[in-house]
Amino acid sequence: MASAPSPEVLRAPLVVEFPFTRSLGPVQSAFLTGLRERTVLGVKTTDGRTLVPPVEYDPVTADEIRDLVEVSATGTVTTWAWNHEPRRGQPLDAPFAWVLVKLDGADTALLHALDAPGRDSVRTGMRVRIRWAAERTGAITDIACFEPYEGPTGGEPAPHAGEFSDPVTGIVAAARLDYTYAPGRAQTAYIKALSDRKTVGERCPSCHKVYVPPRGACPTCGVATAERVEVGPRGTVTTYCIVNIKAKNLDIEVPYVYAHIALDGADLALHARIAGIPYDQVRMGLRVEPVWTEGARFPDHYRPTGEPDADYDTYKELV
Amino acid sequence: MPSGKTSAKPSVMRPVRDIAIVAFGQTDHLRSTDELSEVEMLMPVLHQVLAATGLKTSDIGFTCSGSSDYLAGRAFSFTMALDGVGAWPPISESHVEMDGAWALYEAWTKLLTGEADTALVYSYGKSSPGSVRDVLTRQLDPYYVAPLWPDSVALAALQAQALIDAGDTDEPALAGVASRSRQDASANSHAQLRGSVPQGDYVVRPLRTGDCPPIGDGAAAVILAAGDRARELCERPAWIRGIDHRVEAHSLGVRDLTDSPSSRLAAERAGAFERPVDTAELHAPFTSQEVVLRKALKLGDDVSVNPSGGALAANPMMAAGLIRLGEAAARIHRGESDRALAHATSGPCLQQNLVAVLEGEPS
Ligand SMILES: [Zn+2]
Repeated sequence: MASAPSPEVLRAPLVVEFPFTRSLGPVQSAFLTGLRERTVLGVKTTDGRTLVPPVEYDPVTADEIRDLVEVSATGTVTTWAWNHEPRRGQPLDAPFAWVLVKLDGADTALLHALDAPGRDSVRTGMRVRIRWAAERTGAITDIACFEPYEGPTGGEPAPHAGEFSDPVTGIVAAARLDYTYAPGRAQTAYIKALSDRKTVGERCPSCHKVYVPPRGACPTCGVATAERVEVGPRGTVTTYCIVNIKAKNLDIEVPYVYAHIALDGADLALHARIAGIPYDQVRMGLRVEPVWTEGARFPDHYRPTGEPDADYDTYKELV
Repeated sequence: MPSGKTSAKPSVMRPVRDIAIVAFGQTDHLRSTDELSEVEMLMPVLHQVLAATGLKTSDIGFTCSGSSDYLAGRAFSFTMALDGVGAWPPISESHVEMDGAWALYEAWTKLLTGEADTALVYSYGKSSPGSVRDVLTRQLDPYYVAPLWPDSVALAALQAQALIDAGDTDEPALAGVASRSRQDASANSHAQLRGSVPQGDYVVRPLRTGDCPPIGDGAAAVILAAGDRARELCERPAWIRGIDHRVEAHSLGVRDLTDSPSSRLAAERAGAFERPVDTAELHAPFTSQEVVLRKALKLGDDVSVNPSGGALAANPMMAAGLIRLGEAAARIHRGESDRALAHATSGPCLQQNLVAVLEGEPS
């Protein structure tokens, strides 16, 4: 089946970045503080197993567990995978092995990276030890990675109070994800029309309402919208609020007015700033028109047209 | 079933009401769908299942969806997707930030209560705007694991190596799973990878590109109906005889990666082991995961596994599990299966598993 050439769609880079601040429970706090002090702590389960990394509730019985023990910084690889193309954020920049390591004295395995000269030097069962990060802050990355180790096996786990001076009580889990944002067909048409200082919506083939900005679907009828309709440029204020708090990085003096505006011909109100009139004289029914600034991609604000106010009945469905 | 058998199996929960999948629809799954918003991608499949049953939005008793904002980086995207449903006058609606298979589970329980007789379940995922390997690291334990950014292929590769060390599989066997899946997908016009697909280079060894699912965009929808309503809407309803989901410990180092006890328990609770199934649609995005699931679910060579091609042929995140339920049901609708197992997974290395048993009545 021959398909129509796909319309040129807009694309732009989109970065989602967040410093996720998380608090720690008592066991997690002791474990991560321990790493800062080059001490690896595990926790004893009700049935006597030692979990490393430790958790606060037994994964089998759900019992609260707080019985900390110190285990060795040496261990055995239980499984591995060779990562020849490290990705952003991973522990090592050069090719390395992902490993699950059962530390001596532990009954469960810890996930980390193994710095090894090559894939052929890695195998399940190989002996490894922790390489500590030069600067440690109380995070899993205080273990820089594991490295091959030929020395003796560590001993039995030893009880540990888990008490340190200046314990770590929280972590910041920084995250960054990169996307390419594509707004889709309907919104691409809307954004492109704005570059000609026109506002377009789409009419529903079923209920005939015109949606601005178009979303490609009628939310009432659940059908696709495709018929493009130019609306405005003038419109009516349907409701508004007065903003008294200055937002960061926003170069607008407070108080200012933010309003819902039903553009002529549209069945859904847009929102925009109102200016060119004292803030306490903005009212429902006020007739407004867009004000464009040089090189702008959308109206800077709307201002009064000087027409008489619209009758309430003409916009009451859109409030 | 032998009538004289008295050994009760209290672990199997019998549904208090007969509920069936009566319609299934899915998009073509594509590497990229830049020209479509999520709602534009989803709407055709909603219309497809409504048309198949003759139902209108206003006839649907309950609507439930599954998706994740992280995939496309769009906050509250599921509320926008609702535009495609027609949510006015107000409807009874819910959403899970998971694969649509779990939305189906919620809809099934809603129908069990008797509060609704029909349900629309849909899910969609657009992976193309982001890097799904990086995005999926954000579902990991944020204290001990996520700061290391182990991507989804790396974690699957650890599981694959554990299976190879245990003697459960080897690289040629994994390549065989990949090849069989994509050959089977030749008959599936919606699949993204079909026919002969090279096994390719290592991504994270021991897994090659051929062992990994394609990354793509897609959507799916099913309609559930209870009792006689199901018989009115579908010639041969796919009755849900049991459905259950279970989860493993979140720490990978606590689990035996060569096994999936949560899948086995879910299957047991769903009644999968009471009688043999003829078809199994397994949500195994990586070849090695099919090895684990076949063993855990006790599937013999006589069971047709992933005749649709499975997730190795099309893996739209958040929809691929629901598609397994839909594909299994569609085979029953067409009379190609009498008793099918459908499985969905979520999380790294088969962390969460849902199993449903579907049956068609003798015709
Ligand atoms: Zn409409």
